[in-house]
Amino acid sequence: MIPTRAHRGWVIALTLLAAFVLTLFPLPAWASLLRPEWVMLALIYWCLALPDRIGIGAAWGMGLLLDAASGTLLGQHALAFALVAYITLKLYARIRRSPLWQQALIVLALVFIEQMLVLWITGIIGQLPWRWGYLLPTFTSMLVWPAVFLVLRHVRRTLRVT
Amino acid sequence: MKPLFARGSYTTLRLLVFVLLSLALMTLDHRQHRLDSARAALSLLIYPVQYLVDLPFRAGTWMAERLSFRTSLLRENSALRNQILLQSAGLQKLSALENENIRLRELFQTSLRVRGEVRAAELLAVDLDPFRRQIVINKGSLHGVTPGLPLLDANGLMGQVINVGPVSSIALLITDPSHAVPVQVSRNGLRALALGTGASDRLDLPYIPTDADIQVGDMLITSGLGGRFPPDYPVAKVVSVDHGPGYPFARIRAVPTAHLEHSREVLLVLGETTPPVPLPEPEPPAAPQKARPSGDKR
Repeated sequence: MIPTRAHRGWVIALTLLAAFVLTLFPLPAWASLLRPEWVMLALIYWCLALPDRIGIGAAWGMGLLLDAASGTLLGQHALAFALVAYITLKLYARIRRSPLWQQALIVLALVFIEQMLVLWITGIIGQLPWRWGYLLPTFTSMLVWPAVFLVLRHVRRTLRVT
Repeated sequence: MKPLFARGSYTTLRLLVFVLLSLALMTLDHRQHRLDSARAALSLLIYPVQYLVDLPFRAGTWMAERLSFRTSLLRENSALRNQILLQSAGLQKLSALENENIRLRELFQTSLRVRGEVRAAELLAVDLDPFRRQIVINKGSLHGVTPGLPLLDANGLMGQVINVGPVSSIALLITDPSHAVPVQVSRNGLRALALGTGASDRLDLPYIPTDADIQVGDMLITSGLGGRFPPDYPVAKVVSVDHGPGYPFARIRAVPTAHLEHSREVLLVLGETTPPVPLPEPEPPAAPQKARPSGDKR
């Protein structure tokens, strides 16, 4: 049991790297407002699939990296990611068994929580510009969740990440 | 083989620890800027990802250069040659004017303005937080970049460096909603602040009285007050002035002259000294008495 624990961690790292690349990839302004929260989605997937390997600590670390990459306050995304990972870990058995469209709705709620936390913190430190579409990423994240889930499950099964 | 209940009852405790940790980090980062070294270390970790994202764009430029036709290269070459000729002719005149200016300043016993060293940097094509206006450049503390350095492109002021990593830095553009540049109207020396709005093509000039002498088409240049930006670099052009009788101040909008969204090559101004004495123009009636420290209020 012990030797299988650290099995193919590089696959998880690679999918998270891909999520980072998608997050940083330059898009036109209108499209970057629609950009799904790729890193959050990948983390939610791995929390659901391997809750004993990917948890609050990993989510927090990824959030910190995202903070450094996107120039936000250090700890802003980290806090939101850790909280979402916590909720996912608490409910993973239930979420895992629900059909894909229900999962998408749960992801909507999770990403909404993450976005609201990040926006609140931005607002508290007084850097919130007036702008439409703060919560658009929440909806696009919901829409892409089935695709993310299927792709990552395929990756996990073919490469036997446990 | 997996345990039935992952992590057991420690999950909540772990969450609590990480939440407290993030709160501590955010407080330190926001209030005291104690985390610049941590940010620099993290930026080094993230640089390979940024480089990877930037790679296709770099490759595209490279391919376009390699695969362009000889005739079009020759045409571009001759056009550039012409441009150099014109500009160096202009520069000859400028150096004479500069000497004259220095002599006059010596006569008036005001301090000299030293021309700063300028260094080229390139933008990395990566997206940051969509609600803020920031860019990543490929020069860091190893190349002598320090926080607060002004950033220019060929057409005007772009912003200032805020976070410095070893090989890359993040710069805040003048259009970021938390950014302010002390400017003056080049026509009559009227002083103002140009605030970013978050939109890429708009700066606002608040606190200018409705009867102030400012017109559409006026050029705004940096005033050098506040000591952050060197004086006399173009910043923006006024595009609309609204003297509504109901407003206490005029509503003035300006468009940045720098190509904030398109420039890939930028210039960093290293170590330009600004004069301690402000410019001797007459004080406008109710313009802000003192420019507030420009930008950088993270």
